[in-house]
Amino acid sequence: MSLTDISVGTYDVELLRKDFPILERRVHDGVPLVYLDSANTSQKPRLVLDTLVEFYEQHNSNIHRATHALGEEATEAYEGARMKVAAFIGAPSADEVVFTKNSSEALNLVANVLAWGPRGLKPGDEIVITEMEHHSNIVPWQLLCERTGATLRWFGVTDEGRLDLSNIDELINSRTKVVSFVHVSNVLGTVNPVALIAARAHAVGALVVLDASQSVPQLPVDVQALGVDFLAFTGHKMLGPTGIGVLWGRRELLEALPPFLGGGEMIETVTMQGSTYAGLPHKYEAGTPPIAEAVALGAAVDYLTTVGIDAVAAHEHKITAYALEALKGVAELRILGPTEPVDRGGAISFTLGAVHPHDVAQVLDGRGVAVRAGHHCGRPIHQRFGVSASTRASFYLYTTESEIDALVSGLDEAKRFFG
Amino acid sequence: MQLESMYQEIILDHYRAPHHKGLREPYDVEVHHVNPTCGDEITLRVKLDGRTVTDVSYDSAGCSISQASASVLTDLVIGRDIDAGLLAHREFVALMQSRGEITPDETVLEDAVAFTGVSKYPARVKCALLSWMAWKDATAQASGMAASNSDDAAANSVPDATITKGSAE
Repeated sequence: MSLTDISVGTYDVELLRKDFPILERRVHDGVPLVYLDSANTSQKPRLVLDTLVEFYEQHNSNIHRATHALGEEATEAYEGARMKVAAFIGAPSADEVVFTKNSSEALNLVANVLAWGPRGLKPGDEIVITEMEHHSNIVPWQLLCERTGATLRWFGVTDEGRLDLSNIDELINSRTKVVSFVHVSNVLGTVNPVALIAARAHAVGALVVLDASQSVPQLPVDVQALGVDFLAFTGHKMLGPTGIGVLWGRRELLEALPPFLGGGEMIETVTMQGSTYAGLPHKYEAGTPPIAEAVALGAAVDYLTTVGIDAVAAHEHKITAYALEALKGVAELRILGPTEPVDRGGAISFTLGAVHPHDVAQVLDGRGVAVRAGHHCGRPIHQRFGVSASTRASFYLYTTESEIDALVSGLDEAKRFFG
Repeated sequence: MQLESMYQEIILDHYRAPHHKGLREPYDVEVHHVNPTCGDEITLRVKLDGRTVTDVSYDSAGCSISQASASVLTDLVIGRDIDAGLLAHREFVALMQSRGEITPDETVLEDAVAFTGVSKYPARVKCALLSWMAWKDATAQASGMAASNSDDAAANSVPDATITKGSAE
């Protein structure tokens, strides 16, 4: 399949769906799949699947070290993917794009290298996160604080599911060294005011880390316009395969900070007495990376670019607005997070009366509707809203209004069954 | 999927009107177990008199399967010998790991046979086992027997707190 097969011009969701083989699946003895779990992981278009197979069938080789035809092809494909990703997020240079395993590894990388070295964090320093973070943007900072003696602080969240910024000038102060927060919440759907928070952080000399796991897949993201210092996201939520993620960082920071993992490919020269390190980005890519996965992520970027990330964002907004309206008609349904489609992404978490999310999800699954039930790796934000778990429906470029209708009718059945 | 194959009427009855629910005094040991994947949790107390389980009380938050399972458990173990409870525990764990392939012994498991359908859904097995693992943990501590057993691995429920009161008089 080539890129010319992808629909262009007017957004035709039915045509796009034909690019995703799995969306034709039937489950549980014949009910059509209604996949509303894209914030968990997205489905993959044929282009990405074909790219994976083609890499292994035609170009498979290790990179940066094989002096043969396949080695050159594989290296070119891998570095080509890096350039595609860099262009997609507006990075000034592809050297600033580090391939990781996923967002978690990218965030752990930042937290670790900030802990080490002569410029490492120390007691008295403060790190600021928020109550709506995914566990992957909480635990690495807790670990860093345990190791360094730094103090972890966080923004609270309002009843409407927005960051409570009323104490921003006290919270982000001269002791603050890092402010790390999520761009689009995977639980609440909230889109946070990045520029405002980054401006305050930079005013006190703190670094800004943005978890863009939910935003890069569905919103135009430009790292220079956002004004952040580090940006983490993962491939599998943006049509790419699992096992490949990205850390973007400002060049002077990546150059100044120490390496993360040591090993092959990240060195300049090694002696038994000591080593010097490779330049960017290889300094942060020890060992053989997930090569085919990176190349396939490049294909996912091609797909999103061809459809148009603005068109993806517009569809996400439209389908989220439709879903918010439809869910308002379900009795006893309470949405966690903004209930209007303003500064809001396509993940809607909710409770349904006293029916437990596991039971809601089970009823929906029986009808082929795939949602997530639990705390979605965001236990603190669930506690903030006084619940231990919720049901989450999340959408993407292939989600249709009739799938939202299937969700709503499944919720009505769950209420009848357990009511 | 037929909803009724998982949600047998017996399960729904126990879910809507759980038996022996609520924390009671006196007790020998209190444990708190959580299911880390979904946040379901249970605080469970055990009171022994020699080898007899005189009371099991609990406070729990979770889905219909985990709530009903706790209710069924208490029916099976309260007033009985520890060994009879442990036999039921072994049979129930085996049933839940069977993927619906074995026919449970109703004389041992009574209402718990209704969970056969649940065993076909691996994602829900942990819900059904949460209270059983908590009970075994608490009973093991109260009776001084070794707590660890290979079938605990199946539960993936995490004991995160134990309060042991003075031993039973």
